[in-house]
Amino acid sequence: MSVLELSGVDKSFRGLRALSDVDMAVSEGEIVGVIGPNGAGKTTLFNVICGALKPDAGSVRFAGEDVTGHKPEKIARSGMVRTFQLMRPFATMSVAENVSLAAQHHTRGAERLRGHAVEIVERVGLREWAYRPATELPTAGLKRLELARALAARPRVLLLDEVLAGLLPAEREPVLDLLAELREQDGTTLVFIEHIMAAVMRLSDRVLVLDQGAVLATGTPDEVTADPRVIEAYLGEEPTTHADA
Amino acid sequence: MTDTAVESRRETRSAGPAAPPLRPQNRQFAVLAVLVLLAIPLPLILPAAQGAVAVRILIFLIMAVGWNIMSGFGGMFSFGHAAYFGLGAYTSAYLLVEHGVSPWVGMAAGMVVAAAVAMVIGYFSFRYELKGAYFALATFAFAEMLRLITTSSDAVNGAVGYQVPLIQGSSLGQMQFPAGSPAYFWIALVLAGGAVALSILFRHSAAGRYVVAIRDDELAAASVGAPVMRHKLLTVALSGAITAVAGAFYTQYYLFIDPQLAFGSSVSIEAIVTAVIGGIGTIWGPVVGAVIVGSLSDVTATLLATPPEFLSFLQGRSGLDVILYAVMLILIVRLMPKGIFGTLAEKFSERRRR
Repeated sequence: MSVLELSGVDKSFRGLRALSDVDMAVSEGEIVGVIGPNGAGKTTLFNVICGALKPDAGSVRFAGEDVTGHKPEKIARSGMVRTFQLMRPFATMSVAENVSLAAQHHTRGAERLRGHAVEIVERVGLREWAYRPATELPTAGLKRLELARALAARPRVLLLDEVLAGLLPAEREPVLDLLAELREQDGTTLVFIEHIMAAVMRLSDRVLVLDQGAVLATGTPDEVTADPRVIEAYLGEEPTTHADA
Repeated sequence: MTDTAVESRRETRSAGPAAPPLRPQNRQFAVLAVLVLLAIPLPLILPAAQGAVAVRILIFLIMAVGWNIMSGFGGMFSFGHAAYFGLGAYTSAYLLVEHGVSPWVGMAAGMVVAAAVAMVIGYFSFRYELKGAYFALATFAFAEMLRLITTSSDAVNGAVGYQVPLIQGSSLGQMQFPAGSPAYFWIALVLAGGAVALSILFRHSAAGRYVVAIRDDELAAASVGAPVMRHKLLTVALSGAITAVAGAFYTQYYLFIDPQLAFGSSVSIEAIVTAVIGGIGTIWGPVVGAVIVGSLSDVTATLLATPPEFLSFLQGRSGLDVILYAVMLILIVRLMPKGIFGTLAEKFSERRRR
């Protein structure tokens, strides 16, 4: 059974069709990569799934329940958590405070909250930054903070919006390892938007290709990258599979 | 220097700053207790005129603590806190004069009314996503509306306002004492101490942390499960209720209230200026600000009443305090944008982290 299921989702901005008739089904424990050219509607898709935007038509079901139009906080609390492509730290808080805030809807007590936060901060490799202001983090650190904060909310489904963008190739490896580990150890379902094809190829069980708001193709990474329509959508170029893409 | 010394220093460096206290509120409560204890003998030491200034400082303090919860912690800039001050003042005055209800009960009723009105104003402002300057203007408009309604409403004595009926001797139940009695100061001290304690409790509660996160980034906070609307409403309600306490006490202390004193924009400005000068969004900012603004308001009043020879043109004029507030605001915003306490606290914590 699908843990996340979209059917017939439409979303327009002033007549511009950002998503049209999107169907999507993600199974529990699956890793799904979402790719597509800029402006294909990938982030809009996340916004609709997580309640930041209300779709004009269609429905979003999470764990068998219709969550279409629910508030973002309700969806987050029920176990579907997202990160932001443009990092949005709580600017007046330390890294650990950022993370413990995301945990406080399921964990009470100052010690337990901090313990929980520090554990996650260490897991994403930000240990020495734990008690520094979040705004002092460099880009790579902010990306990890986004991930840490989402993890602290105990996601059953984790939606990642370009967590690798802006990272050096050497910085990507530990993040990819962590994501793989999340599925293996925690059984977390992952849906991730990514431009770096090497990561998509390595991590995804299945890839969904969006183009101009519509699902262009879906299938295993190999199937999708061999699909002529996908190659066409990427301006006739074969999507590069090099790590430095 | 030995290698191990270098090594260990590098290690402490790479480990980052040490963990801050787990419960910072404990230290804040201790500081508050010391401040309150130190303040208790003040009315017995100070001359009568300064005693009145001290009470005034405490009224400013309560107002600023109230404003700071909504606009400092919550980041929702209110230009209309006179609404809540006035509702506190008018609810207690009305209940006392028209129905003989104890001002203590009136104060509690005023808190409830102010909280309810704050939530109604808040709900519509948030529902229609008024932000920044537009939100400030909306709060200002509501305060003005209440001023005009009371001014033109016979049910609350219109522009005349209320005079608190005088009683013989003193009565704690009626919150009335002979002029210059230290009891006024002590009551105000308890109320102000309670307000600061509430603000400490709130700031470090789960709700308070959500409120600060929502201020920092609303969508990010919602995305990790912060219930946005509920916490914004809670914040404005608490802020309104605390400010109402200042209004109710003001009425009992000065024995008089009218629409201009209760709902006039100068009340809103006093709340803002006090918190801004002290430091927005900090626990102690309103305390520091109140001491400064409260004392200043006395200095200006004295200057206007009995100016020295070379300032004789000031005799009998008004508005000097507002001019001074404006000048101070400009200086603070220019030189110490986080307020006196906020800027000093930041400097101190930066030095400690190095």
